[in-house]
Amino acid sequence: MLKTPIYLDNNATTPMDPRVLEAMLPYFTEKFGNAASRNHPFGWVAEEGVDYAREQVAKLIGASEKEIIFTSGATESDNLAIKGVYEMYKDKGNHIITLTTEHKAVLDACKHLEKLGANITYLDVESDGLVDLRKLEAAITDQTILVAIMYANNEIGVIQPVKEIAAIAHKHGALYFTDAVQAVGKIPVDVIADGIDLLALSAHKMYGPKGVGALYVRRKNPRVKVTSQMDGGGHERGMRSGTLNVPGIVGLGKACELCYNEMEEEAVRLSTLRDKLEKSLTELEESYVNGNPAHRLPHTANISFKYVEGEGLMMAMKDMAVSSGSACTSASLEPSYVLKSLGLSDDLAHSSIRFGLGRFTTEEEVDFAIENTKKAVLHLRELSPLWEMFKEGIDLDKIEWAEH
Amino acid sequence: MAYSDKVIDHYSNPRNVGTLDKSKKSVGTGLVGAPECGDVMRLQIEVDENNVITDAKFKTFGCGSAIASSSLATEWLKGKSIDDALTIDNMDIVEELALPPVKIHCSVLAEDAIKSAINDYRVKNGMEAIELEKSHH
Repeated sequence: MLKTPIYLDNNATTPMDPRVLEAMLPYFTEKFGNAASRNHPFGWVAEEGVDYAREQVAKLIGASEKEIIFTSGATESDNLAIKGVYEMYKDKGNHIITLTTEHKAVLDACKHLEKLGANITYLDVESDGLVDLRKLEAAITDQTILVAIMYANNEIGVIQPVKEIAAIAHKHGALYFTDAVQAVGKIPVDVIADGIDLLALSAHKMYGPKGVGALYVRRKNPRVKVTSQMDGGGHERGMRSGTLNVPGIVGLGKACELCYNEMEEEAVRLSTLRDKLEKSLTELEESYVNGNPAHRLPHTANISFKYVEGEGLMMAMKDMAVSSGSACTSASLEPSYVLKSLGLSDDLAHSSIRFGLGRFTTEEEVDFAIENTKKAVLHLRELSPLWEMFKEGIDLDKIEWAEH
Repeated sequence: MAYSDKVIDHYSNPRNVGTLDKSKKSVGTGLVGAPECGDVMRLQIEVDENNVITDAKFKTFGCGSAIASSSLATEWLKGKSIDDALTIDNMDIVEELALPPVKIHCSVLAEDAIKSAINDYRVKNGMEAIELEKSHH
């Protein structure tokens, strides 16, 4: 029996894997010690748990355990990486390059630095969501200290050419930081092979708990340092003070281990299901897949259903949880800035739905989603004056709309 | 954000969806909003010789609250004279549907659609257009 509502918003967050919960539980109760307590077994036991998790995280991304800094999540990791690098290296230069499609945690950290004298270049992406490497290289100056470009996008799932980006950054003496929240645990990420200097990841996007993440900070070739953004007891090699969230960290470690063991198989299964979903839904007239179809996460589909508004559509897609690039709920009425960066017109951006499949998504659920979505789109098109006008052959671009 | 029961009712069972023949003299059509802003409403009224609205139809591209606002508007319009219809205020819609602050613009759009449809009818039938206050959404 299909249990509803079904969850297809796994890019927002994932349910925790029961195996992760099981690993965490003892660390709330009998293994409650402070990992920084060096003088008694309670501390040692907690520290052991943390050390093991550090190895599990490092293994998933091809790092050494000494290069993992635990944080409260990817927002903190993004802030620590960008602000920490700027503070540490600002004598070498004040220029940072990033993308207009980055997560707000990256964009807003950059905006913050602008107020402190940093010079930030926000590169536009191409219409498929990928960065143009020539434009990236052209944007680099002798002042560039950091290139901050995400591994995979949260809204459309496109995967950036990370290796090439890293090579360009290094050729010009800049560091490369990547927000890899959507990629780690879903596709192979290897900081050495990819040439990544700093990398942010989060537990709750890969079936771990909320409130815990990590920042990878390279220790050799080159040795990278970040200035801490939180003052205190000097935990995490002085880069992130604060008593370690031991159960959370243990959960993150277990989540990484499960991904390491299972993601290859899972990626095949999920991309098959995603392709089925996408193929069926694009059989609907005037529906378009957003983002480069070849360089994409296996589990994400972002589709615009023209002449139907996303939020209204989600309301009609009963019993399923997805998300939309429409922003009818925001006071600004601005649709997704990511979709707009692709050059999508506002009406297509308003018409987009993101489907995020996950470890616990079944084929039965995908079939349900297909039927449900199709029905909803057809229903709302019956209600849509734009659909009627389109069908009558009226060019909607030629109408003078009362912009409001 | 949860929708009120009335929004869900109008959204799930929209009243008076459809199209009237806009070439008819007795039909007034209002088309307001813009696709770029994520909502477009088309509201049509059919008016008899006594200036009473006998039929109203709508089609809306927009969120659930926009669809519910226009559905409710068509219900309220039927049977009203075109002068009485002008007194429908967006805040009446907000109250009836229990719209949250972020959805007030949906009700404003519905009010605009009503006025715009009435004006279309008035102009078609040799009456002066009513001066509309410029709404700010």
